[in-house]
Amino acid sequence: MTEQTTHPELLTPSGKKETRLFAILCATATWSSAFVLIVLLSAVVFKAWGWFDWDFLTSYDSRRPQKAGIFAGLIGTAWMIFFTILFSVPIGVGAAIYLEEYAKDNWLSRLIRINLANLAGVPSIVYGILGVTVFVRAFGVFGDDGHLDSFVGWSISELNFLGVKISLPLGEVVLSGAMTMTLLILPVIIIAAQEALRGVPPSVRHASLALGASKWQTIRNQVLPAAIPGIMTGVILSISRAIGETAPLICLGIAAYVPFAPGGIDSPEALMKQPEGVLQAPFDYFTVIPIQIYNWALDHRSAYKGHAAAGICVLLLSLLVLNGLAILIRNRANRHIRW
Amino acid sequence: MTETKNSAIDVKVEKAASVREPSTHAIKIESQNLDFFYGEHQALFDISLPVPERAVTALIGPSGCGKSTFLRTLNRMNDIVEGTRLTGKVFLEGQDIYAPKVDVVTLRKHVGMVFQKSTPFPKSIYDNIAYGPRIHGMKDKNKLDEIVKTSLERAALWNEVSNRLKDSAMALSGGQQQRLCIARTLATDPEVILMDEPASALDPASTSRIEELIFELKEKYTIVIVTHNMQQAARVSDYTAFFYEGKLIERGVTEKLFTNPAEQQTQDYITGRFG
Repeated sequence: MTEQTTHPELLTPSGKKETRLFAILCATATWSSAFVLIVLLSAVVFKAWGWFDWDFLTSYDSRRPQKAGIFAGLIGTAWMIFFTILFSVPIGVGAAIYLEEYAKDNWLSRLIRINLANLAGVPSIVYGILGVTVFVRAFGVFGDDGHLDSFVGWSISELNFLGVKISLPLGEVVLSGAMTMTLLILPVIIIAAQEALRGVPPSVRHASLALGASKWQTIRNQVLPAAIPGIMTGVILSISRAIGETAPLICLGIAAYVPFAPGGIDSPEALMKQPEGVLQAPFDYFTVIPIQIYNWALDHRSAYKGHAAAGICVLLLSLLVLNGLAILIRNRANRHIRW
Repeated sequence: MTETKNSAIDVKVEKAASVREPSTHAIKIESQNLDFFYGEHQALFDISLPVPERAVTALIGPSGCGKSTFLRTLNRMNDIVEGTRLTGKVFLEGQDIYAPKVDVVTLRKHVGMVFQKSTPFPKSIYDNIAYGPRIHGMKDKNKLDEIVKTSLERAALWNEVSNRLKDSAMALSGGQQQRLCIARTLATDPEVILMDEPASALDPASTSRIEELIFELKEKYTIVIVTHNMQQAARVSDYTAFFYEGKLIERGVTEKLFTNPAEQQTQDYITGRFG
């Protein structure tokens, strides 16, 4: 005997199977990528085992595997990223503020907005070629046989400014790398900052303006603080990308073997002894962690495979440290916003 | 031409003088022949409306009648909307606020505004109130404390928040947030307060608190309030202006306008025949 019911459709499951199937598919997607990541990481750590130690971190590269280390790459990456942040964050955030808060909506601003998205998608090697032409070679204007030399008959190949030696053109120095990386990540930072600014409700702006705040005061005191978490997210993503980028730097011709630190600052003591090295550093040759890894990985001697793996560990760790720092800043900013 | 219009209004005011003696009110802010355009669309037609000092003027009318647009011309908040245009004049005690040399930022300090949706800044209660005085250059901590206290007291919020001034303003209830916004406006010491449906998003209890507050505030401030709630207009205002399709149909003492309107359209609206 079947039970009598007035609403039989209430008792038939609708779409329960599909829901479960979809959930399983999504879970598979998540766990399979996590699995691949774990395999990769453990393989790298396994290979790096025995190479990754304090000596590895504090030694320059060497022809003898026992003595080779990542120090030049580590300090070179630190310098390059420092200048990349220094250039890209103010320019990127400034551009985003202009586009979102000040620029009138006309064909020019629309063109810029559309092309920012396009720029973010340009392959990094293209920025590398641009960097070679503009920063490393300065369009071939300076130096012997440069345009200046052939047209004017006079040229300059080095500037000495307050004891800082600046070669002209710059060459494959920290600044060239940082400026190329800045170009590479600017579109992403600008777009992320624009999104963050757009996320601040217009009512906040109106309320501030209605209290007699000027546009600048409104942006400075209300809009920017509320947008900082979003901006920081963009900065974190971009910097992570800049740390790992290899192609544009290879294109720039960044040296693989650099047996010194930019500005001669290889230790806190060296910094105390000759603080003016800080000014020289941006104009010195350098290398970065991914270039070191690349060159070790290409080396036919098997010992260097361990170095490459250990280098990857260092790269991942520096990424973690930088991201951690950025998240810390973001959370501090969030504390001031009391939503 | 404007003079005849003004005197016509004065006559209306005179007639109802027995109710609240409104003729003692001087004119605080006044629009003359105001036309307003959003791009090609004309939103306001030849609005000439005097707003009496230290009294509540309610702007009523159906949605889209231009009452909010008109309110926002009084502190030039429409300036920030791209593609808007205005002809005519608005005088704040004789000074044309659309004159070329007028500083909009200073104008908004004198003519404050409270919005329909409460808009606390994502900061502490204290910082919300202190924001206005701070941006106008107030640095003295003791004076700021004093301003925060008196503003919150005037907005009838002090007793509820005095022991948690450092808490986020976002944690307050809807009604408290709106009173916070009123307190924030009071902190810049305005002469005129514009309110754009300040209670429309609130529950009845909070609404009546806001209404009591408006009643107290008119002792010191000139208030213009936009409301779609005619009972509210009748309760809180001394004068009422009825807008319809961008035109000012009628303006007068509230009791008279609601009991014995001069225009048929006003009659139809307040009796609920349309709108």
